[in-house]
Amino acid sequence: MPKRTDIKKVLIIGSGPIVIGQACEFDYSGTQACKALREEGYSVVLINSNPATIMTDPEFADRTYIEPLTVEMIEKIIEKERPDVLLPTLGGQSALNLAIALAHRGILKRYGVELIGASVEAIEKAEDREKFKKAIQKVGLELPQSRCVRSVKEGLAFIDSIGFPAILRPSFTLGGTGGSIAYNREEFEAAIEWGIASSPVHEVLVEKSVLGWKEFELEVMRDRKDNVVIICSIENFDPMGIHTGDSITVAPAQTLTDKEYQILRDAAIRIIREIGVDTGGSNIQFAVNPKDGRMVVIEMNPRVSRSSALASKATGFPIAKIAAKLAVGYTLDEIPNDITRETPACFEPTIDYVVTKVPRFAFDKFPQADDTLTTQMKSVGEAMAIGRTFKESLQKAIRSLEIDRCGLDPVLEGDISRQEIEEKLKRPNADRLWAIADAYRHGFTTPEIYRLTAIDPWFLDNVCEIVEFEKAIQREKSGYGWLKEAKRLGFSDRRLAKLTGTTEEAIRSERKKQEIFVTFKRVDTCAAEFEAHTPYLYSTYEKEDEALIGDQGKKKVVILGGGPNRIGQGIEFDYCCVHGVLGLREEGYDVIMVNCNPETVSTDYDTSDKLYFEPLTLEDVLNIVHRERPEGVIVQFGGQTPLRLSVPLEKAGVRLLGTSSDSIDRAEDRERFQQLLEKLRLKQPPNGIARSLEAALKAAEKVGYPILVRPSYVLGGRGMKIVHEGRSLQEFMAEAVKISPEHPVLIDKFLEDAIEVDVDALSDGEEVYVGGIMEHIEEAGVHSGDSACSLPPFSLSPEIQGAIHQQTVALARELEVKGLMNVQYAIYRNEIYILEVNPRASRTVPFVSKATGVPLAKLAAKVMMGKKLKEFNLHGTKFSHVAVKEAVFPFIKFPNVDTILGPEMKSTGEVMGIDADFGSAYAKAQIAAGSSLPLQGTVVMTVKDSEKSAFAGLARELGELGFKICATQGTAAYFSDQGISVQRVNKVKEGRPHIVDAIKNGEIALVFNTVSSRDELQDSYSIRRTSLVKQVPYSTTLEGARAMVAGIRALKKQALQVCPLQEYLAATHL
Amino acid sequence: MTKKIKAILALEDGSLWEGESFGAEGETSGEVVFNTSLSGYQEILTDPSYKGQIVLMTCSEIGNVGVNLDDTESHRPFTEGFVVREYLDRPSNWRSLYSLGEYMKQAGVVGIQGVDTRAITRRLRIEGAMRGIISTQDLDPQSLVKKAREVPSLVGIDLVKEVTCSEPYEWVEGLWSGTRYLFSPENKYRVPGKKGPKVVVCDFGVKRNILRGLVHAGFSVTVVPALTPARQILDYTPDGILLSNGPGDPAAVTYAVSTTQDLVGKVPILGICLGHQILGLACGLKTYKLKFGHHGGNHPVKDLKTGKVSITAQNHGFAVEIPSGGGSEFEVTEMNCNDQTVEGLKHRRYPIIAAQYHPEASPGPHDAAPLFQKFREMIENA
Repeated sequence: MPKRTDIKKVLIIGSGPIVIGQACEFDYSGTQACKALREEGYSVVLINSNPATIMTDPEFADRTYIEPLTVEMIEKIIEKERPDVLLPTLGGQSALNLAIALAHRGILKRYGVELIGASVEAIEKAEDREKFKKAIQKVGLELPQSRCVRSVKEGLAFIDSIGFPAILRPSFTLGGTGGSIAYNREEFEAAIEWGIASSPVHEVLVEKSVLGWKEFELEVMRDRKDNVVIICSIENFDPMGIHTGDSITVAPAQTLTDKEYQILRDAAIRIIREIGVDTGGSNIQFAVNPKDGRMVVIEMNPRVSRSSALASKATGFPIAKIAAKLAVGYTLDEIPNDITRETPACFEPTIDYVVTKVPRFAFDKFPQADDTLTTQMKSVGEAMAIGRTFKESLQKAIRSLEIDRCGLDPVLEGDISRQEIEEKLKRPNADRLWAIADAYRHGFTTPEIYRLTAIDPWFLDNVCEIVEFEKAIQREKSGYGWLKEAKRLGFSDRRLAKLTGTTEEAIRSERKKQEIFVTFKRVDTCAAEFEAHTPYLYSTYEKEDEALIGDQGKKKVVILGGGPNRIGQGIEFDYCCVHGVLGLREEGYDVIMVNCNPETVSTDYDTSDKLYFEPLTLEDVLNIVHRERPEGVIVQFGGQTPLRLSVPLEKAGVRLLGTSSDSIDRAEDRERFQQLLEKLRLKQPPNGIARSLEAALKAAEKVGYPILVRPSYVLGGRGMKIVHEGRSLQEFMAEAVKISPEHPVLIDKFLEDAIEVDVDALSDGEEVYVGGIMEHIEEAGVHSGDSACSLPPFSLSPEIQGAIHQQTVALARELEVKGLMNVQYAIYRNEIYILEVNPRASRTVPFVSKATGVPLAKLAAKVMMGKKLKEFNLHGTKFSHVAVKEAVFPFIKFPNVDTILGPEMKSTGEVMGIDADFGSAYAKAQIAAGSSLPLQGTVVMTVKDSEKSAFAGLARELGELGFKICATQGTAAYFSDQGISVQRVNKVKEGRPHIVDAIKNGEIALVFNTVSSRDELQDSYSIRRTSLVKQVPYSTTLEGARAMVAGIRALKKQALQVCPLQEYLAATHL
Repeated sequence: MTKKIKAILALEDGSLWEGESFGAEGETSGEVVFNTSLSGYQEILTDPSYKGQIVLMTCSEIGNVGVNLDDTESHRPFTEGFVVREYLDRPSNWRSLYSLGEYMKQAGVVGIQGVDTRAITRRLRIEGAMRGIISTQDLDPQSLVKKAREVPSLVGIDLVKEVTCSEPYEWVEGLWSGTRYLFSPENKYRVPGKKGPKVVVCDFGVKRNILRGLVHAGFSVTVVPALTPARQILDYTPDGILLSNGPGDPAAVTYAVSTTQDLVGKVPILGICLGHQILGLACGLKTYKLKFGHHGGNHPVKDLKTGKVSITAQNHGFAVEIPSGGGSEFEVTEMNCNDQTVEGLKHRRYPIIAAQYHPEASPGPHDAAPLFQKFREMIENA
């Protein structure tokens, strides 16, 4: 069956901002789908609120809507665009939920839009717990015993029939939000309440636990001729009870006999047929009892998922691309396998290596959060590694994580009792893998560790072999006779150096002496049965090398990627890397991408000319450089990860492209930076450096409080802090900072209530193009990644903007920047201060590029290869629109964590609102970030003294807009004095009913809460937390509150309109 | 770093692959083929079709689930040798009784691990299947390569007589269905107490799962040695005959071809793998040797009538030529999507069908399992 000719226009819904449980894998899948459908001649309409995605680049769709992902906005787009079909299976759970809502509200029917990929019935059959249960039983399979409950009472009535522990899964949430494991009645009651609150339909599934069973996933594809294939089997290293996103996972499945595997395969095929997913990919999870092989079905995702991204990268089979083609009518046998070219996509990939994925956590950012791993996902990213054996791929995956471990480094050092180790093994946590290695070091046996962890002994034994080998080489008195075997087991040079008390360089030169060189193998979907035409490679220590097969002798450039997602380093940098690749391919280079994050577009085999799926460590990168001999390496697109390698790479003789490392050093080294600013006569906040507590206090006095303290060495993950007086400084230093001559503390004058400004610029060393001046909405002191910002600025005078422009140009010229540069300014009492200069790609590059239509990163790559800015004709950008970026936070996933913003970044993602005026754009950004601004109701305010007069102005404005105002004592008194009609509400400590009760009861539509002291902060914690859980919009800053009021005003004036990016940009370039 | 015993694999092209011994020590030779299955090494090891061949597993971790009593395809291993990237001697599975190494040692199967199996696979793909030798005794490169070149080619060699049973026997065991918790495949044919149609299986090296599949489809099964003449087979008054899988070159098994010629038109017949090739030869088609064969569990086979694709298990080094013109007695019913070789045949006049792939899987996917039921329906409609 060839493709459908009765459809012309396809609507694709993206997944929105990066959140825990929904990351860049859906940019990867959406981008593949857009490419595949346009290749087939279809017109693609795309909606996604996330500007940091490749798919929202104007070239990837015919009409790109960066608009909030709500039913209302999508309806407007459907009305305007009249697509023939909607493809909802590539934008994660968000897109699927929206598609169902669109269908239920009759919108699809009204506009004659057909749902392709999966029908509403199929989606509901898979997502609705009761319907799913019936379907599974119908095909003769089993599920753990369970019941859906809507109250604690119902839950308690059911719990006796299944006993503890019980698993709680709220319906229709993503990444298992609100899910947990309850071990007793007390925990159970609390867990049900939380689960019901988290579920949009207020429903929780209470399920009999199969804790400790083995967990497997199959990635299944089906076409409309009912051909079904399994793309990949994945086995979880961690047993049932830990969200698969938080588990270490391995492909292919390792501990099943063929008979058992085929039972899973048969079951998966029956399930996808019964659920009725017409075309495309699904992910089905199973639990298997290790004692008798009994199997139960856990769940199914009737769409492309994080696991499908992993399966695609693990096998080389592009699931999303194929899913898109199947959705428009092709069958699997009609689609060629890109890698082999001669065989069709209708087959099951087989692999001749082992893939290991390890999650990356961010508990250091949320010290109050419980780091026990359960059924709710808590990791923020992942790294994948490929090796010929499990041991090799595991060790490579560990060093890909960038958590400063180069292997199974000991984590439980010193005197530790057996009991303490048992505790570490029993409770699943981010460090458990390392604790297992430590347990072996302390004499535990595999059966003992198995009893405590329920991790399959096969995996444990592999860890044991690594530990045994470490012991053996430590016993060796002299020589490196073991080196080859060590490398084949996946040991990094650094780990070997640590084990033998030498340096990484010494191990490397010993390797050269013994002629132990790395080899590269191809990922080809077929274990070498057919010739591979796509150079997708991984390293291992074998006999034959496949790296240079088919090389055309073109000039090569290596681009280093960003590694696993984490807070502060996300999809924005992958966006920049992909643009770098695109730019250099246009210039005729063979572009080589190196990265280890399976969720990304950069690790798609057809993004670059060559893909190395490798850890981003010095050793691994040097191996690639030595084999490929490129013109140079680009480190400035991938964020901190590759940047950290610039000095060691240069020392090892590698040519870095773009801005020189000396310039980078001038911008980063404090003293050299000061000299630079002095030379240019630019200002920075008064600052000092201290190597002892006394010196810190002295420096603080000198620059004057409040100050911003930054340890150059961070303990317990606590970073920057704003400190208002000496006592707090002493406290902070005592609990969070290890100060010493080697680890100085940096002290800056904190510019209170200053406006922060971000600038992204592009320079060829002579000319400078200022890409965009972004005015932050939250004042300086809130991390720039957590602050909303507006492009163009909404309150800065033309003079200030002109001066910022000039200073940016001066800095870029002085630093001889070749490529991108980001500058952070603070405007304090009408003076411009420079906070930071980073001569590299910044987090805001994709936002600026989307807002202005100038692909900064792509041009930067060309500049690095010698192109001049004047060749690009960049003048004359004129704005007729406003773009607002808003940050998105993971607070809801972490009970007990405060939502207040500060100098340490906490957001995981971002959205963009774009419209003709600031108010509308801001309102869109808020809606896109999940907090819809109210049009009526009561606004509650409890604000700090210094801001009371400003908030009084806002209260007045809101009163005019028809809102009721309510405030806590101090604020209310102030407002009354100002003649504002206000109702008083109790603070929590003043007795009930209080402000939190009001929020809980749904009496409050909007919350403004700002604090100055630590006591106030603690007092008001429950206000913020309750607002979050109850989904009441809130602002913890004055500027945020101001913007909200502007947004409300705009919303009251007229309903929001939709407009594609292509139209905004066409107007810009006129 | 335990002391490891060195082993070397030498190929006829002169290449040498040094690794470590596992399983039995000693020396073994044969045609080296690669198998791309991700699971089921125990079934592969005990598949009689591998007589004369050293099997290289492209899956890089082997031995993980040990060896159990159920998953054997015959009474002992027939594979001449086993080549793997990594063998970990610490199996983990609830059914495991022995480690793979122990089992191979007891059965005398020589294995080598730690070699670059992917490089060898690429060589076999580019150059075609090669003769080779594994040794832990003779570690002299020149001598090994010389020996590898002296290994007889599989072309023209009758290996069936080495693997067929010596006496006829009945088979009653059905398909493995795991514990009582595991669902068993739907089965409308196997009614307790009721005797089903009688099938005689000509054992050219039959895999037990074919017999189990037949029992599952409700047949009463009798297995006879490959050399059993047609008249003797017909004396059993079978309702159907199954020509089984088996090792090597079909053209060398001339007695089976002529026996088959005597059976065509008299009884419904199903041929599987070697049996499919023998049927082809018996009806005037030709067979030829493939470059490196099909050995794995992911081969897409298209039903030419419905256009649907099944993922099948395969294991063959020879294939039937596509009949030229309309004069052939067979029509091609199924084709391999990868290389367009013949996968299924149907006789134009008689109830005779044949499959190059393995409907019994083991190891491999069950997509083609309905062939046994199709066979039964064909018998019932004949």
